[in-house]
Amino acid sequence: MRMSYREAVRAALHEALVADPRVFLMGEDVGRYGGSYAMSKGFYDEFGPDRIRDAPLSELGFVGAGVGAAMGGMRPIVEVMTVNFSLLALDQIVNMAALYRHMSGGQFSVPVVFRMATGAGRQLAAQHSHSFENWYAHVPGLRVVAPGTVADARGMLPAALTYSDPVVIFEHVGLFNAEDDVEEWRCDLERAAIRRPGTDVSIITYGGSLPKALSAAASLADEGIDAEVVDLRVLRPLDRAAIADTVRRTHRVVVVDEGWRTGSLAGEVVAGIAEDCLYDLDAPPRRVCSEEVPVPYAKHLEDAALPQSDKIVAAVKEVTHA
Amino acid sequence: MREFTLPSMGADMDQGRLIEWLVAPGDQVHKGQAVAVVDTAKAAIEVEIWFDGVVAELQAVPGQMIPVGQIMATIVASEEATLPVAPPEPVVQARAVPSERPALRPVASASHVEIGGVRRRVSPAARKLADERGVDLAGVSGTGPLGAVTLSDVERAAAERASVPAPPVEAATAAERQALVRQAIASAMSRSKREIPHYYLSETIPMARAIDWLAAENAGRSISERVLMAVVQLKAVARALDGFPQLNGFFVDGVFQPAPTVHIGVAIALRQGGLLAPALHDVAAKDLSQLMRELADLVARTRAASLRSSELTDPTITVTNLGDQGVETVFGIISPPQVALVGFGRVAPRPWVTEDGTLAAVPTVTASLSADHRVTDGHTGAMFLASLYDWLQRPEDL
Amino acid sequence: MTETTRDQVGARRLLADMLRVRLMEEKCAELYGATKIRGFLHLYIGEEACASGVLDVLGPDDNVVATYREHGHALLRGIPMRAIMAEMFGKESGCAHGRGGSMHLFDVSRRFYGGTAIVGSGLPLAVGLALADVMRGREGVTACFFGDGASAEGAFHESLNLAALWRLPVLFVCENNLYAMGTALHRAQSQTDLCAKAAAYEVRTSSADGMDALAVRAAALEAAEGVRAHRAPHFLELRTYRFRAHSMFDPDLYRDKSEVEAWKLRDPIPALATQLREVGMLDEAGYAALEAAAEAEVADAVAFAESAGLEPVASLLDDLTTPVERSATGGADAGGAR
Repeated sequence: MRMSYREAVRAALHEALVADPRVFLMGEDVGRYGGSYAMSKGFYDEFGPDRIRDAPLSELGFVGAGVGAAMGGMRPIVEVMTVNFSLLALDQIVNMAALYRHMSGGQFSVPVVFRMATGAGRQLAAQHSHSFENWYAHVPGLRVVAPGTVADARGMLPAALTYSDPVVIFEHVGLFNAEDDVEEWRCDLERAAIRRPGTDVSIITYGGSLPKALSAAASLADEGIDAEVVDLRVLRPLDRAAIADTVRRTHRVVVVDEGWRTGSLAGEVVAGIAEDCLYDLDAPPRRVCSEEVPVPYAKHLEDAALPQSDKIVAAVKEVTHA
Repeated sequence: MREFTLPSMGADMDQGRLIEWLVAPGDQVHKGQAVAVVDTAKAAIEVEIWFDGVVAELQAVPGQMIPVGQIMATIVASEEATLPVAPPEPVVQARAVPSERPALRPVASASHVEIGGVRRRVSPAARKLADERGVDLAGVSGTGPLGAVTLSDVERAAAERASVPAPPVEAATAAERQALVRQAIASAMSRSKREIPHYYLSETIPMARAIDWLAAENAGRSISERVLMAVVQLKAVARALDGFPQLNGFFVDGVFQPAPTVHIGVAIALRQGGLLAPALHDVAAKDLSQLMRELADLVARTRAASLRSSELTDPTITVTNLGDQGVETVFGIISPPQVALVGFGRVAPRPWVTEDGTLAAVPTVTASLSADHRVTDGHTGAMFLASLYDWLQRPEDL
Repeated sequence: MTETTRDQVGARRLLADMLRVRLMEEKCAELYGATKIRGFLHLYIGEEACASGVLDVLGPDDNVVATYREHGHALLRGIPMRAIMAEMFGKESGCAHGRGGSMHLFDVSRRFYGGTAIVGSGLPLAVGLALADVMRGREGVTACFFGDGASAEGAFHESLNLAALWRLPVLFVCENNLYAMGTALHRAQSQTDLCAKAAAYEVRTSSADGMDALAVRAAALEAAEGVRAHRAPHFLELRTYRFRAHSMFDPDLYRDKSEVEAWKLRDPIPALATQLREVGMLDEAGYAALEAAAEAEVADAVAFAESAGLEPVASLLDDLTTPVERSATGGADAGGAR
C-alpha cells in the first residue's frame, strides 16, 4: 500500500487510539489544529478533546503530566512538537520518566511514548534544527528509536506501545513527505536493519540521513563500490551485534549522523566498533556529521552544515582508498 | 650462572639467524618459555629455554647467524639476580632496570612491522590476517591511505609468496630460505643415506572397514569437526608401535634409545617448497577428535612459521602421507636420529581377492616402512606392518 | 461516639504520628553522624504538623507525591518504619531496595509516588496522576507536597495552570518554611503571598498554621473536600519552619539563631501535647507511653536496618525496564509492585 511517512504515523496513531482506551494523544495543537505536522488531522472530532488533548505551551508541565498519567494507568502518547522544545521538558523525561522504575526498586513502570520531530533541512534556522537523539540515547531507562522508513513510521509506534517503559520516537522532518509501498510494517524495537546489502564498505546511519546514505550508495555503485547501508533504527539500546556483523563483512565503515560530531551517536557507534571488532577494520572509520555550528537559515549554508550524499561519497572513497 | 646456547632443532640444523629476543636482561624466565625467535633454514621458530632463572646478558644480537651450541645468553639463578646483572646500557636506561615484561607477545611479533623505529601503518584487519597466514608484514607494501597495509595487500602478498621472492628482510629472504631449506634437507638426507642402512617393507591394506566406519563417525559431526583418514592412519601407527618399541626412538652415538611415548613427526609440505615434520605429541593417548584438532593446528602453525623448537626435536618416528599426491607407495628416508618412517600411499579401489576367493574392487592403501637395520630386522618390521593392518581393520578400537 | 471524643482520638493520633516522625528523624541525624546513613539527609523536624495533618484526611485511594524531605510523609502514609530505615541504610529490604535512599522513598501499594528530589518535579507528575484518575473515572485526590522554593519553578506555574485548566483533583500542599535551601522567600520571589500566585491560575487557595496539627488537619479536610466536590485543584499553604539546617551539609549561616529559637517555641509537638493536657485528654503517663512506643518502634527499625542485607551487585541492572510480558500499565492499579 502506497503511503507517506506522515500518513503512516497518522495511521499508527489512529490504530492505537482505536485499539486501547487507555491511549490518548497529548501535545501542542494536536487537537483542533490537527497536529503541527497534520499527524492527528481529524482525530479531535473522532476521539474528542479528552483523548486528543490540546496542551498549552507548557512542555515541562504536559510532558510531566504524561509521565504521571502513565504511572496512573494510562498509555499516553505525548507529542512534543519538536526536539528543540523538548529541552524545556528534559527534567520530566530524564529525571522522572527514565529513572522512576529503577530508582523505586522496580515498583513503578512509566509506559509513556514521547514523539518528537527532529532534524534540519527545511531552513528553519538554528533553534528549530537540532538533532538531539544522542542526548536521549545516553539515558538508561529510555528506549530511543528513529523511524527512517515509511514502514518503520507505521510500525514503531505500535511496537513502542507494547513496552511498559518510556519510549522516545524521533520523526525526522525531512522524511514526512517520503512515500513508499508498505506491505509489512510490524517490527521490533531491538534490531538494526540492513537497507542495502554491500561488500566494500558499511554506511551506518539512522533517521533523516538514511535516504542520503542510500543515494550515496547508489552513486558509489556506479563507480564500482558496493556499499552496505545499515539503518540503526533503535538508538538505545544500540544493536551492537549488527554493527559488528556489518563491519566484519566489509571491514570499512562510515557513520552518518545529523548530530554534531562531538559527543555524537556516531562517536558511540565507532567506539563500539573499536571495542567489538577493531581487528576487522581495514581502514580508520569516518564520521559524516553536522558541522559544528548552529544550523544557518540560508539554504546554501544549511546544506553545507548538514551531512549530504556527496560528503558520504567522499568519506567512503577515503576509507576504501578509491 | 648458566649458559643458554642455540639448541639444535632438527638433525638438519647447524645454524640459525637470531630474529629477535623475546626477553630482556633482568627478565625472569621459566622452563619451557620461548625466549627468542630464530630463523632456521626452514622457518622462524620460537626457541624455548629449559631451565629457570633470570636473564643476565643477551650475547647474541638480532640478525646474527649463530652456530648450534653457541652461547646466546647467560642466565643466573633467581637469587643471584639481586646483583647487577648486566652492564648498564647508558643510552637506553630503561633497559638496565629489570622490566616486568609480560609473557604475551605482540600479535605479529614474527613480522617486523617496525622499520627504522617507525611503526608502519597496518590496518588492524590486515595485521590479523597477516598473523593468520604467516605473512611477514615487513615485506608487504601498503597501498591504503597514507601507505597503510590493507587486507588486499596482505592477500596479494600471501598469494605471491609461493612464486615471487619477497623483498629483502632481516630474516632470510624467501629465495634464500628456499635455498637453505634444500641445503638442509640435502645434508640431512645425505647423512641418513650415508649412515643408516635402510630396509623397506610394504603391505597392501584393505580400507573398506576404516572408510565405512569413518563415514559413519563423521556423519554425526559438523564439517569443522570431521576427522580425516590421515588421522586414523596416524593413530593406527601409534597403536601398532605399542608392540614394537624398537621402531620408536633415537639412535645416538651407536646406541638405540627407545622413547617412552609416541610423538609422530608429521611430514608437512611448505608452500615455498621443502618440508617440515614437527611432532604430533603422544598420539597413542589421544582420541581422534583431539588428534584432528591438533593436526590442523600443527599444519597451520608450520605454514605460519610459528612452531616451537621442541616440536621439531621431539618426533620419535615420522609418518609421510603422499596419498593426496596420488602415489602408490612411499619409499621414505629416515630422519635421523629416528630409526623408522612409515609411508602411506593413495587410498583407492584396487582388485582384491576377498576371503571367499572372489575378485572384487576394494579400497586399499599401501603402507610402507623404512627402518634402520642397525636397530631392527625385517622380521620386526613385518610384524609391525601386520599389526598396522590389524588396527586398520578395527578402527572402532583406535 | 460524640464529636469531642472522635477529635480526642484523632488529636492523640496526630500527636503520636508527630512523635514517631520526630524520634525517627532524630535517630537519623544520630545515625548520619555515625555514617550509617549517607548521601543527602533532609530533616523535617519542626514541620511534622504539616504531614500529619494532611495525610490524616487522605484515604487509600488518594495519591501522594512528596519531595526529598519526605521521611515523615512516607511514614505517615503507612510505609513501615523498618522499610524506611532500611532504605536510608541502603539495604535491600528498604522501600526502594536501597536504590533511592533518603530522598527517594516509594511505595506503589500505598500510592506513595516519592520521594522526588528535583524541586518542582513532583507537580507535573501529580497533574498526570490526577489526569489519569479523571480519565479512568477514579475518585481519588492527588496530594502533592512541595516547598516555597518550588513556587519559583516553571513547573509550579505550568502545573497549576494545567490542573485548573483541565479541572484536575490535585491538592497542592505548599509547606512554606520560608527558606529555599538558604534563600529566604522574600529574597527570591517578588510575590511572597504564595496563595496569590495560585489564585492567578484560578485555583482555590487557603492558608493554615503549619505549626498546629489540628489547624492543618482542619484546613486539609476542607481543602480535600473541596477538591472532591468540585473536581478541581486547591492550593493549601502551610506556614511552617524547619528547626534544623536544610541538610546535613548545611552550616545554617543564613538565618539568626534567635529566629530559629523563636520558632522552636512553637514546636508543634509540645504545643499539641499542652493543648491535650489542658483539656484533660492527656496526662504525663499518657505522653510517656506515646514516646516510649515511638522509641521502641525506632529501635526496632534501626535493628532491622542494621541486620538487613544488601541488594546483590548482580542485580544492579535489574528493573531498568519492565519485563515485556508484564501488562502494559504502570501505576498502583496495575499491581505494579514486585
